[in-house]
Amino acid sequence: MSALNIKKGSTSHSAYDLRDSHSQAEESHTLAVIVENEPGVLARVIGLFSGRGYNIDSLTVAEVDHTGHRSRITVVTRGTPSVIDQIEAQLSRMVPVHAVHDLTAEGPSVQRELALIKVAGKGDARIEALRLCEIFRAKVVDSTLESFVFEMTGPPEKIDAFADLMRPLGLKEIARTGVAALSRGA
Amino acid sequence: MTRSMTGARMVVQALKDQGVEVVFGYPGGAVLPIYDEIFQQNDIRHILVRHEQGAVHMAEGYARSTGKPGVALVTSGPGATNAVTGLTDALMDSIPIVVLTGQVPTFMIGTDGFQEADTVGITRPCTKMNWLVKDTAKLAETIHQAFHVATHGRPGPVLIDIPKDVQFANAEYTPPQKAKVDHYQPRVKGDIEAITRLVEMLEVAERPILYTGGGVINSGKAASQLLRELADATGIPVTSTLMGLGAYPASGKGWIGMLGMHGLYEANLAMHGCDLMINIGARFDDRITGRITDFSPKSKKVHIDIDPSSINKVIRVDVPIIGDVGHVLEDVLKVWKARGRKVNKAGLAKWWAQIEDWKRVNCLAYAPGEKTIKPQYALQRLEALTRGRDRYIATEVGQHQMWAAQFLSFDEPNRWMTSGGLGTMGYGLPASIGVQIAHPEALVINVAGEASWLMNMQEMGTAMQFRAPVKQFILNNERLGMVRQWQELLHGERYSSSWSESLPDFVKLAEAFGCKGIKVSDPKDLDDAINEMLAYDGPVIFDCLVEKHENCFPMIPSGKPHNEMLLSADADAFKSGAVLV
Repeated sequence: MSALNIKKGSTSHSAYDLRDSHSQAEESHTLAVIVENEPGVLARVIGLFSGRGYNIDSLTVAEVDHTGHRSRITVVTRGTPSVIDQIEAQLSRMVPVHAVHDLTAEGPSVQRELALIKVAGKGDARIEALRLCEIFRAKVVDSTLESFVFEMTGPPEKIDAFADLMRPLGLKEIARTGVAALSRGA
Repeated sequence: MTRSMTGARMVVQALKDQGVEVVFGYPGGAVLPIYDEIFQQNDIRHILVRHEQGAVHMAEGYARSTGKPGVALVTSGPGATNAVTGLTDALMDSIPIVVLTGQVPTFMIGTDGFQEADTVGITRPCTKMNWLVKDTAKLAETIHQAFHVATHGRPGPVLIDIPKDVQFANAEYTPPQKAKVDHYQPRVKGDIEAITRLVEMLEVAERPILYTGGGVINSGKAASQLLRELADATGIPVTSTLMGLGAYPASGKGWIGMLGMHGLYEANLAMHGCDLMINIGARFDDRITGRITDFSPKSKKVHIDIDPSSINKVIRVDVPIIGDVGHVLEDVLKVWKARGRKVNKAGLAKWWAQIEDWKRVNCLAYAPGEKTIKPQYALQRLEALTRGRDRYIATEVGQHQMWAAQFLSFDEPNRWMTSGGLGTMGYGLPASIGVQIAHPEALVINVAGEASWLMNMQEMGTAMQFRAPVKQFILNNERLGMVRQWQELLHGERYSSSWSESLPDFVKLAEAFGCKGIKVSDPKDLDDAINEMLAYDGPVIFDCLVEKHENCFPMIPSGKPHNEMLLSADADAFKSGAVLV
């Protein structure tokens, strides 16, 4: 992913924007949007994405500061550098938005997602699923004689990889929370 | 001292505390408590419109001509949905208006109650911000916040949806001073390093141009004054978008006319050929840029805008300056003066010589009509006969709008009300009434086409009831002129549904409304007719029958660059055989 090569400090606000803003290559960016926790704010943010034709690959939202009425929306989006800049600017100018952080551009970040994965099978397939579960450090949270529900947390790529492995072993259903992310360091 | 009152009284109190003098509205079930309060006071004047769309356009006209926020009050359901066009119009043109809508009681929300609509849901994409107030205790503060949001940063429409039970309930009133507004404080001062960079570029530029827009007008009268000072002191030519007309005076020595799709030849070629473009409060709209890849290819670009999302949205610029036009121009002038008031005199002299050359093309030339009134001629006569008067012009949308922009001149800001971004036919008549209510003594003219004008003609009733002596100057070509023009030029002359059939007799229509109707079709009667219109103390519907198939030139066809402009066959360039670039 080209976005990972971006050096710290090379945001659109920096005087030393090291990205090629004319690039037509699409990048995936994770944005943390700190919003006033009030009715309609999520609809407003989502409406911006649909109304202006931007992509949403993943979206999570929850209140993070009860007394300060702040919620954090984490959006994973895709676009050329100029589209990403535009998304950030469009979000920033919304009245109930307090701050927008492009976690991909601002430096290293931790990205985690939780998934519940239901796999049905018998015999060798079942044993193999359980073995892979251990390798991936997933947990078994429900079990019948013919099925498991695994719980796993990790970056989205890890969950993708695990789900791919489960497919031939009897993958039935998958539920994912979408990405939550924080920048590394203080 | 705290005061307890009903939500309905709170609405009226909050409006008074915000300095509101006029509300444009239409009553209905869900706003009856507020109307009851309006009835029992005399500080706020209520203008009863004939359709809620009219209320919002009137509020827009009021706002644009005064610089103060306009206020509209409508009921739930259809009242709110009828307001949507006006809200979108105000959003596109950055006009500060506050729309109050009634809503079914909170306990009925979501039950598909009578006249229920998801107003905040419907209006979320067409407002800068909106609120559904479910608690009377928060109502006053929300109204104060709404005024703050509408008027700060890039102005825009806001909406407050007020359920009927919230209007009836009692709570303590929050005065404006106590309302929390600190979290929305867009920055107004520009980055001084960027401003210095702009001054450095301006000092050496050979072919600079000031490309100004509605942001100058929204920033306030001081910004227009500073623009004039900057342009006149540096000698840099000034062009403007449709939205920015009047910020720099048309009589100013730096003025080279409006740019864009129907802008002047010299303005568009100057934009194309400049080496430094200073965008002041404009947004590189597609009607300005034409084909993006060929837009002003040789220039360095500076963009002053209060909205960060306008920067690099369409055109990448070299120096972005985020801030309020007034504040930024003040600093630009300060820095420029401190550095010794330098400009590239030799470069500018050559540049102006080039512009003068382009002006000789005489791009607005048209063949005068002997028996028929040319629309351009009608506007030239209107201009000549109203010069020197404190004149406000509103327009509808279409050919007449572009001709008005080309042939009328504006020396002051806030004198020109037109739907630029959304292009709303039916805007001009109600907008002109809003202007007239704000300026009862002024001459207010709506330059209209007959098709646009019919879209909101019911508002003549409002003009009559409230004695707003608006002059409806209709250039009647019995066609949807701009649609017809595109069909002629771009759709093989197949005139699909672009003529106005079964038109009313406008003079009889005027009589039916109780105002004056004037009809004119011969060029030699035109001056007398215009004078008769101007002399009449009351609303006038002026039916000016004009040439039916006149096209509006210059024209940059959609998707073409500035230097591929279509000119009228009457332009001097063709007479002299000059080759166009």
